[in-house]
Amino acid sequence: MTTILEAVKLSRSFRLPRIGFGKERAMRLALVDVDLQVNQGARLGIVGESGSGKTTLARLLLGLDTPTAGFVKFRNEPLAGQDMHQFRRDVQVVFQDPRSSLNPRMSVETIIGEPLECLNVSGDQTARIEEVLAAVGLPLDLRHRFAHELSGGQRQRVAIARALAPYPKVLIADEPVSALDVLVRDEILSLLAGLTDNLGLTLILISHDLSVIARLCDDVVVMQDGVIVERGKTADVFRFPQHEFTRKLIAAVPRLPSNT
Amino acid sequence: MLLEVRNLTIRFGSTTVVDNVSFDVNAGERLGIIGESGSGKTLTSLAVIGLLPETADVSGSVKFNGKELTNLSDRELSSIRGKHIGMVFQEPLTALNPLMRVGKQIAQPLRNHQGISLKEGMKRAIALCERVGLPDPDRIVRSYPHQLSGGQRQRIGLATALACSPALLIADEPTTALDVTVQKEVLKLMNDLVSQEGSALIFVSHDLPVVSSMTERVAVMQHGKIIELASVGTLFANATDDYSKMLIRTAQLSDDSFTRLTTGSAQ
Amino acid sequence: MTRNRTLTIGASCVIFSIFLALLSLIWTPYDPLEMNSELSLTGPSTAHWLGTDENGRDILSSIIVGSRATLMTGILAVIICMVIGTSVGIATSVAPKWVEMPAIFGIDIVLALPTVLFAIVLAAVYGPSTWTAVFAIGIALSASVAQVTRREVVVVLMADYVMAARASGCGTWRIVTKHILPNIRASLFVQASGACAIAILAESTLSYLGLGTTPPAPSWGRMMASFQQYLLINPIFPLWPGLAIVITVLGFNLLGDGLRESLDPTLRQSEK
Repeated sequence: MTTILEAVKLSRSFRLPRIGFGKERAMRLALVDVDLQVNQGARLGIVGESGSGKTTLARLLLGLDTPTAGFVKFRNEPLAGQDMHQFRRDVQVVFQDPRSSLNPRMSVETIIGEPLECLNVSGDQTARIEEVLAAVGLPLDLRHRFAHELSGGQRQRVAIARALAPYPKVLIADEPVSALDVLVRDEILSLLAGLTDNLGLTLILISHDLSVIARLCDDVVVMQDGVIVERGKTADVFRFPQHEFTRKLIAAVPRLPSNT
Repeated sequence: MLLEVRNLTIRFGSTTVVDNVSFDVNAGERLGIIGESGSGKTLTSLAVIGLLPETADVSGSVKFNGKELTNLSDRELSSIRGKHIGMVFQEPLTALNPLMRVGKQIAQPLRNHQGISLKEGMKRAIALCERVGLPDPDRIVRSYPHQLSGGQRQRIGLATALACSPALLIADEPTTALDVTVQKEVLKLMNDLVSQEGSALIFVSHDLPVVSSMTERVAVMQHGKIIELASVGTLFANATDDYSKMLIRTAQLSDDSFTRLTTGSAQ
Repeated sequence: MTRNRTLTIGASCVIFSIFLALLSLIWTPYDPLEMNSELSLTGPSTAHWLGTDENGRDILSSIIVGSRATLMTGILAVIICMVIGTSVGIATSVAPKWVEMPAIFGIDIVLALPTVLFAIVLAAVYGPSTWTAVFAIGIALSASVAQVTRREVVVVLMADYVMAARASGCGTWRIVTKHILPNIRASLFVQASGACAIAILAESTLSYLGLGTTPPAPSWGRMMASFQQYLLINPIFPLWPGLAIVITVLGFNLLGDGLRESLDPTLRQSEK
């Protein structure tokens, strides 16, 4: 098992705005000393509530933020010294809110074409755009449309298509279905599962929803207040939760009447 | 019959967003309204409490305790809101006035409807905070909304809505914006309070497991229409509409796989 | 589409002023500089619709030609303030903190300077002229444009699509041109119309004080200054340039408001 992406003693804190004069500026510890290894081909879930640090971790793994301490390794090399264009080709992201992750002034074609242009992906761009649109199950004539003309599910498919365009090896999905209607969630999760299998992707799925993690991820990491409190195989962690917070989380999932 | 809604239709210009909706709620009864975004469920609940925007064109009847609400002026509706019908909204931060201390906001319906003084209102507000399980109520009533957590704000929302012991509580996606562990606590609180007060409850949500745990009967809405109205048991056992069946099947699949995972039973 | 009355009225006033300016290039009832001492300070008549000034010059012609100076100054000043203001606004929002802090300080200082004071200083150094007014107004207004632009840019920078663009390998320049500018376009239009109104009013003030367009070129502000003394004889004289200024300034203000009204809901178009 080769480790493809790794967090080494990763910490990130933010200075809060000054309150009053002469007082010390408080720090918000978003991430504290996190160690994480993601193996190639793995399907890892990162679960936690708001303020757990899961989104901060995602941004650091994507190189979209710099840590206050520790570092990120990609293919066993620290991120700092790497060719960022190559890294960005290999590690891509899907964000939560399909309404704000697509530029309202850009057509679908331009949105999907952006990584191809900026990352100097070789090959016919138009052909690649058509390829990924088909891979996410969208009709080709959608490419001239704009975000506000599409449904939530369609927009999220476009976001996935954009992430797939530069032939990534790792896909990080940050709450990819939380903003979608229940029935649409199912479709998108199936799509993600299918694509991960077919393309041999490494998937890192971030969610507060345990059933989403349960559906797609073999391994899971539970976060609370910037720290990883539990990790292991999804089946093991859900069946025999060790940490109090994990137990609380599992017990809080709303169940159907017959199963309470 | 506490609430009678008959042929409620809401239009914005030429678009019909709620189409010929009818349902009843008896005293102390709990009704869930489930639907996805755009189903018209929120607008229906706003119509009951008379908080639709001015541009809405409403036809049909909404009778509360035999009195017709659709033709009342805003002033007449104000005397009903808070006193007889309370409402809890989805986003606790936007439903509370950010510039007013929380205690004053809880006391507001009490002062409006029962004419008590501010001092007396604050005392009652502290008592209500204790009732909804907020620790350190003295500090809480003096805080501003942004100084509290989402769960705390939603408890305040509940306290405010139930301050005058209304006969009907309407909750529109009250826990959707909350973490799942906080959701569990707030739902339990809502359940306890509604039982204690003997209020009727209309619970609006897109989350089927949540709705079915809080209510006895459920109305399923799609494209502005109620496509199915049945008790929770009947809905799960014998749903008639295809859309309802899809919703239920999706929820059941998710629930079953969760059961398998947490109990390790064979796949 | 609902009729946007503010927009219609605003646009009509602006078009009217522009029409006067264009008209002045091809025809005026009389040569505005032509003096006729026998007709000093006559009221409206069939020969001179708005009357004549103290030198017997036709007021209507002066008004028509004066529109040129006013609009030119206004529009040129707006071009300067929008270009400087937008660039500074965007640059300071995407710049690293150590650049941003002194820049904001600089903007605040320019904001605190009264336009008129700035113009007096420039006039003292370079002599009063249309260009003095243009630069004074343009630079003074650029500070508030920079401030408003910064606020708009901050909102855009918080959106996920900017982060997605960075994850797609976009450099800062591309983010500015393809993501920031198109999404603050509407706000820029609105700001430009508002700035135009202020610029025109400022120009009238400056030429009223003798710091703008120099004689003999007609200018509404200067006409107001010179007619002031005749206010008690016949208030109708300062009325004409005053009315011209009010219509033009109000027009641009309403245009800006109307644009804001009609552009905003489109931006927030919701899905089905």
